[in-house]
This record gives sequence, structure tokens and C-alpha cells, in this order.
Amino acid sequence: MDFSNVLLTTVTFAPLIGVLVILFIPKERETAIRWLAMAASLATFAISMALLAQFDRSSSALQMVERRAWFSLAGVDIEYFLGVDGLSLLLVLLTTFLTPISILSTWTAIEERVKEFMVFFLLLEVGMVGVFLAQDLFMFYIFWEFTLVPMYFLIGIWGGPRRVYAAIKFFLYTMAGSILMLLAILWLGIQFESFAVPDLIATANIPGNIQTWLFLAFAAAFAIKVPMWPLHSWLPDAHVEAPTAGSVILAGVLLKMGTYGFVRFNIPLFPQAAVQLAPYMALLAVIGILYGAAVSYAQKDVKKLVAYSSVSHLGFVILGLFALNPQGIQGGILQMVNHGLSTGALFIIVGMIYERRHTRDMEAFGGLWKVMPIYGAMTLIVTLSSMGLPGLNGFVGEFTILLGAFGSDAIGSSVYAGFAAAGVILAAIYMLFMFQKLFLGPVDKEENKNLKDLNWREIATLVPLLVFIFWIGLYPKPFFSLIAPSVEKLVSALGTASMVVR
Amino acid sequence: MLIDDLLSILPLLIVAGWATILLIVDLFIPDDRKGITASLAAVGLLGAAAASILNFGQTRSLFGGMLLVDGFSAFLQILFLGAGLIAIAQAFDYLRRRQIERGEYYTLLMFSISGMMLMSMAGDLIVIFISLELLSIPLYVLSGFARPQPISEEAALKYFILGAFASGFMVYGIALIFGATATTSLAGIFSVLAAASVMPTLAMVGGALLMVGLGFKVAAVPFHMWTPDVYVGAPSSVTAFMSVGAKAGGFAALLRILIAAFPAAAATWGPVTMWIAALTMTWGNVAAIAQSNIKRMLAYSSIAHAGYIFMAVPAAAVPEVAAEAVRGAVFYLMAYAITNLGAWGVVLAMEKAEGTGLEIDDYAGLGKRRPILAAAMALFMLSFTGVPPTVGFIGKFYLFRAAIDANLIWLALVGVITSLISAYYYLRVVVVMYMRPGEPETQTEPLLNSTVWLAALGTFILGVLPAPLLALARMADFINL
Repeated sequence: MDFSNVLLTTVTFAPLIGVLVILFIPKERETAIRWLAMAASLATFAISMALLAQFDRSSSALQMVERRAWFSLAGVDIEYFLGVDGLSLLLVLLTTFLTPISILSTWTAIEERVKEFMVFFLLLEVGMVGVFLAQDLFMFYIFWEFTLVPMYFLIGIWGGPRRVYAAIKFFLYTMAGSILMLLAILWLGIQFESFAVPDLIATANIPGNIQTWLFLAFAAAFAIKVPMWPLHSWLPDAHVEAPTAGSVILAGVLLKMGTYGFVRFNIPLFPQAAVQLAPYMALLAVIGILYGAAVSYAQKDVKKLVAYSSVSHLGFVILGLFALNPQGIQGGILQMVNHGLSTGALFIIVGMIYERRHTRDMEAFGGLWKVMPIYGAMTLIVTLSSMGLPGLNGFVGEFTILLGAFGSDAIGSSVYAGFAAAGVILAAIYMLFMFQKLFLGPVDKEENKNLKDLNWREIATLVPLLVFIFWIGLYPKPFFSLIAPSVEKLVSALGTASMVVR
Repeated sequence: MLIDDLLSILPLLIVAGWATILLIVDLFIPDDRKGITASLAAVGLLGAAAASILNFGQTRSLFGGMLLVDGFSAFLQILFLGAGLIAIAQAFDYLRRRQIERGEYYTLLMFSISGMMLMSMAGDLIVIFISLELLSIPLYVLSGFARPQPISEEAALKYFILGAFASGFMVYGIALIFGATATTSLAGIFSVLAAASVMPTLAMVGGALLMVGLGFKVAAVPFHMWTPDVYVGAPSSVTAFMSVGAKAGGFAALLRILIAAFPAAAATWGPVTMWIAALTMTWGNVAAIAQSNIKRMLAYSSIAHAGYIFMAVPAAAVPEVAAEAVRGAVFYLMAYAITNLGAWGVVLAMEKAEGTGLEIDDYAGLGKRRPILAAAMALFMLSFTGVPPTVGFIGKFYLFRAAIDANLIWLALVGVITSLISAYYYLRVVVVMYMRPGEPETQTEPLLNSTVWLAALGTFILGVLPAPLLALARMADFINL
């Protein structure tokens, strides 16, 4: 069978095959179910590698497009429309890469209802990949909303003590934003008789003031998902209560759906509004960076610290995107990947110690380096990556973003970038503070003296992440070259819009 | 001519005639073998369904405009017959379990269905009134079917008295309209009003009274007061059918009257129905939050969904949007029917012989005990909320689209915000089923289970591939008078 012209469909729905097989396995055979889920996610990763191999890096156009009529509602065709370009390729790869790693991290952490867990996890992967590939607004919305359902179950069934509260809060918050986006999508569909994003970009000539409204409606959905300050309050609850694998995917991929939404929809569909609102977005981003950092520093629970650090890190991404110049947007997209890798790794690290001690309170630890040297070394690398040490991936992303933000016409002032740079220092403070509390000093707690260091499975979970942390840090060119053509195209389209605005 | 007219309403004749025959046949069927009555009723409905498939695509005005056969009536007939078949399958074991199995249940059900079918074809106010009574009176009786349980008797009495009251409004409204226009035919009213330079006050008042009566039938705020009590008190199998059938019947008449007879007065009824829609969505969803009984919760949810469908009415006040609004409404009626019958099927499976097991807390642990049943229920709850990929999402999308197209953006905003509110109480059912420990007792009756599975499949498949149902809805237009 030839999959080459339906490669995107294959990569999106491949996990479903795993789901179907798992449904027929008796729930007592947990090991078999784990291996099957692993196999399905690895197969999906392999397919995404084929995607990468076929991808033409010199082109800025949508590639491997699959486009056919799906159904027609009230005279407007809704299309089954998948396509990939530089804006989405890395995020697809990030999703298919993090999913098997997350499944591996649950090997011993999830012992109850393994079958349902794996089913929901693979369904989640379908939704996430779909979000990054859908080029029809209706179809995008379906994938977007669908990801809520499995994540809701993952938090609600396998989460911590306040899981039900966190799951419902997560669901309602996200839905609150997306319904406003739904209305905006409907309005676009009625006015321009198409839901296909490239067609809308090409033909829709939306008046400036309406652009602002539509921008805000879309931004409501995306800003909650990112989450941008002050809409972030669902995030610490969801992260803290979610099981480790859920947190990894939540931080690694689901939050990126928000930032991706901005770059895929808000900026190209409503360029005038994007130019006009860029300073406000930058302001919120900078507040998020500083606020997230300050709150992180105040946490006693390691997982909460990592959760709030996401607010701070994603502030950088937003700042980069709304610099609206090539460096800013490229840096923003790369930083999405970086954050997925390093925060994903941090959540796995927190999960490992929680599995051993059943607490995440920083006061309960100290001197772990002596007891668990491998664990300590790996944590150090990830910590340094998260705070943006040169030579590791975080630095490349943040540096490019700051470069973009300093030189941005759209933001209009380098003050924002200046404050954001202060955020880098704050990140170093809270991350090192955490590291010191956990790993340095004497082993003064009896319970910590006999902790086992990482086993082979746990090392295998972290090593792939570390490889990319170094690779992007030392040689980011191949990653930038994947993004660059599409970003150039996006920015050149913005040029006309900013002329109109000024 | 007469023969042609009769052939065009063959499905209706089959249902009504078969019900009459069944009434007599049932006398000769022994009490412990009432399954035969149920099967015969199902055969009758299947026969009618076959006839309506043969008649499909007709667009005719019959009996001097008394009845109208068009895409709209054909669509709704499919809905009524399908809902009727599912209602029979759901009632069969349930009645036996609750020891209220009597043959007239199925006969009454068929009479009510014939009333609904007649309603969907009505082209004259008199026919609308007759069909409303034919639809309602069997439902009054069915609500009290669990006699001598006081709760069921109370429901029947309450439904009957308030229903009679609503009928009174209708008759008075019809009389006033007749007084103003000297006709009861929808086409006649249309031409009188179209020719009038000023809207005759009597006709306006009459139209308002008609809306009160039909608002009662579809359970729209502020005419919804009876709904929770009746839905809780009536046997669950009756409620399941009533919440789908009576609502669809009421909307059929409402849409037909307003769009076919009163388009000239759209400037008046547009804003009024807009407020009714907004209030109904809001109140239904807000009140549902406070419920702990699943039947009561579904009753308020049914009010809320009447509000969503009601959005199509003010949208239809804009002439260019009217056709799409009607299509959106019938699509949503079908989506609601599928989802709602499935959800009630789960309620039926959870209800114990003595009529307990109806608290939402009784569903704790269902996710482990009956994974497929719980998954189906979760799917129905998502479809009610309007989360993709379910048919409920497509339905809401269609209705919101009509509202925005008619420039009622704020109404669509009320719609999405109340959907968000509804997520809270629908999700609570999911929370209880999956996230609370418990050992629920459930029934495993194959017929009932299969209706739930069928509904779940429909909810999902039509959510992913809605094209066939959309194509059917596209044909659901009114005949040109």
C-alpha cells in the first residue's frame, strides 16, 4: 500500500490503530498493553520521520497537502484539509517524539486502569497532531476541542488528590476560550464562504476594526491555552494534579497549541490587528515572564515551581512571536520546542522522585546528588537548559527571541525586551534555588539515604531529551532552516499590513 | 385526486390505522405475552417507515391545503418513526421490570406518533390543533402509566391540567386569528397579512397566544414550569420519548406557523422569540446545575436544548436566513433525539425495579463496572455539551451559524456561554461515573443495550461524517404556498 500521498493522514491517525488493538486486549494484561501503546507511538514517530524526510526545506508553501471535500454545511464546503509547513513541522515532530517518552515514563507510575490510560493517551496524540496539521478552521476546531476530552480523563482519573477539581477547571477554562473562537470561525465562514486557512489569507479582506474583534476572539482561545497572564490560573492546578505523563504532554505539547494558534491563525489572518496589538501582547508576555518567575521562586512544591516556570517561559515565546520579525518568530517557534523538551524533562524528573518518596516538597530533600548521582547529573543539565545556559537549547531560543524583540518595529520599544532579559536572570535564580534545595548540602533526611538511583528504563526516558537539548544548543542551524522559509513568507505578508496601519 | 392525497399520507394512515387495530388485537393477547403487542407496534411503525421512504421527495398540498407534504414533514416523520421504534425497544423490558406492562402502552405511543406526524404536515390551524391534541392526550395517559404510584399520577395530572390550559390558549388564538383574517389556512393567513398595510391587532394577539401554547409544548421559558415535575414523575421510558417527540412536534408547528403564515409580522415575533431563546438557554442550563437527580437534570437540560433550537426562530425572521435556520433546527432536533434517547437509555438501564437508582451519585463506579455503557453516556454528555466529534457539536454549529448569519451575534454569544455552563453539569455525570468509586447495579437487557449502542454510534458517526444527515436536512424545506 502506498502511503506517500496520505502521509499526513497516516501520521495523524496511526495511534488510532494502537487504540483499536488495545481495546481488544483484556485489561489484566497490563504489560502487553504498555508495549502495544509504546509500539503504536513509536510507529507514529517513525512515520513522522518519513514526513521529515519528504519535507522540502527550501519551500515556504504548505506541503504534502491533502485536500478533499468533507461535507457541506449551509452551502459552505468544509474540507478535510491537512498540510504541513515550517510553522507546524517541528511541533508535529515534538508531539510524536514526546508521546513515546511519556508512555515510557509511566511504565511503573501508572498501575491502575492501564488500558484506559493508554487508550486516552493515544487518542490525545491523534488530537494534538491533528491540531498542528489541520488547515481548515472547522477541522482545526474539532481537533482542538477533542484534545480536551482525553486530557480531562487523564487528569481526572489518574491525577493527584484534587484531580476532579483540576480536571473540570482545565476543561471549563479551555472551553471558555474556544467558544469565542468558534463564533469568530463561524463569522469568517459566513462572510468568506470558506473555512480553508490559505484561502482566507489569500482572499479575505477584513476591515481593520473587525480584524481587532476577530483577533481578540481567537486570542481568547489561544491565550488561555498558552497560558498568558492573567489567564493562567488553571495551569498550576492542572499540572500539579496531572499524572507525570499528563504533565509532560500538557507542558510539552498542549500549551504549544496556544502559541501555535497565534502564529498560524492570528498573525496571518488578522495582520493589521496583530501589528496594532503587538505592544499589548508584548506587555502581557513580559508581565507573564516576570510574574511566572516570581511565583516560581515562592513555591515549595517542585512540580508547582516547574508549572509556574512554564508561564514565564511561554511569555518569551509570545514576546518573540509578536516581535513580528523573522528572528522573533523563528526564536519563538524554536523556543516552543525547547520548552517542550526541557519542561517535559523536568516533569519526568519530578515524577521520578515522587515515585520514590511520594512527596514533592522541597524541604523533604537535600543532598540527593550523593545518593543518586546519575539522577543529579541529568537534572543539572535539564535545569541549566531551562534557565538558558549558552550551549544548551534554551539559550538559543531565548537569545533569538530577545534579539527579535529588541529590534522589533511592531513592539516599538526595547523596554519590553529589557525586562524580559531580566526574566532570564530570575529563571536562573529559581531554578538554581530548586537544584540546591534538592541536590546539594548534606543528606540530612533518613528517608533519602537509601534512595535508588535511576534504572535503565528511567535513563532511557531522559537520554533522548538530553540529546536534543545539546543538539539544539550546539548546532541549531538544521532546526532554523526548517522554520525559516515559512517565517519569511509570514513576515513579508505582515509588511503590507504594517504599512496600512502606519 | 383523493386517492393520490391518501397515498401521500400513507405513513400517517398506517400508524393511526394500525394503532386502532392494535387496540382491539391487544384484547386477545394474554397478559404475560405483551411482547407480541410491542412487536406488532414495531411492525406497524416499520411499515409506516417503508411507506414514508416510498413517498420521499414529494412536495404537495393535499386536501385543499389542509395538509402539506414536503421535505420538512418528511424529515420529521423519519425522526418520529425512528424515535417511536427506539421508544418501543426501550419500554419493553423496562415496563416488565417495573411491573406496569400493559398492552395499551404501545397503542397510546402509536397514537401519539400519529399526532406528531400529522403536526409536521399541518397546513391549517385547525389541523394543528387536532394534531396537538392527538399528540398530547396519549402522553398525558402515558405519564400516569405507573399508577398507583403518586408521583406518576401527579405528573399525569399536572401535565394534563397545564396542557389543557395551553390548548385553551391555542384555541383562543386560533379564534382571534380567524376573526382577523377570516381563514384558518396558513396560506390564507399569509396572503391576508401580506396584503394588509397595518398588521391587524387581533391577528397579532392570536399569534402570540398560539406561541404561548406551543411554547408550553416545547418547554420554552417561561412556559416550562411543568417540565421537571412531569419528566421526573412519568415512567422514564415515557419521558425519553416525550422529551424528543413532543418537542419536535411543537417546533414543527411553531416554525411552520411563523414562517409560512406570519412572515409579514417577522419584525414583531423576531425580537420576542429572540428573548425567549436567550431566557430558555440561560435558565435551563443554570437550573440544571443544581440538580442531583438525573431525570431532573435531563429535564432542565431538555429545556436548555429547546432554547438552542429556539435560536432558529428569530434567525428565521430574516428572510434570507429562514431556509437555513429551519434546516438547522430540524438537524438539531434529530441530533438531540439521537443523543437524548441514548442518554435516557442509560437512565433506564440504571433504574431499579422500585424506581430508585436515579440519583447522579448512583452512577459512581459505572466506568469500571460497565465500561461500554459508561463510555456511551460520556459520549452523550459530550454531545449535549457540544464538544466534537459528536453530532451535538455539528448541530450547535449549524444553529449558531444561522444566528450569526441573521446578525444575532449576541444571541450566539449567549448560546456559547450557556454551553460552557452546561459543560459543568454534564461533566459532573462523567466525573461520577469515572472518578468516584462505587458498585452500581445495572440492568443488562439486550434490547435496551442495543438502543444505547445504536444511539452512541449515531452520535459519533454523524459527528464525524454528518454529510448524509446534512443532505437530508437540506431537503427539509417548506412547500411554496
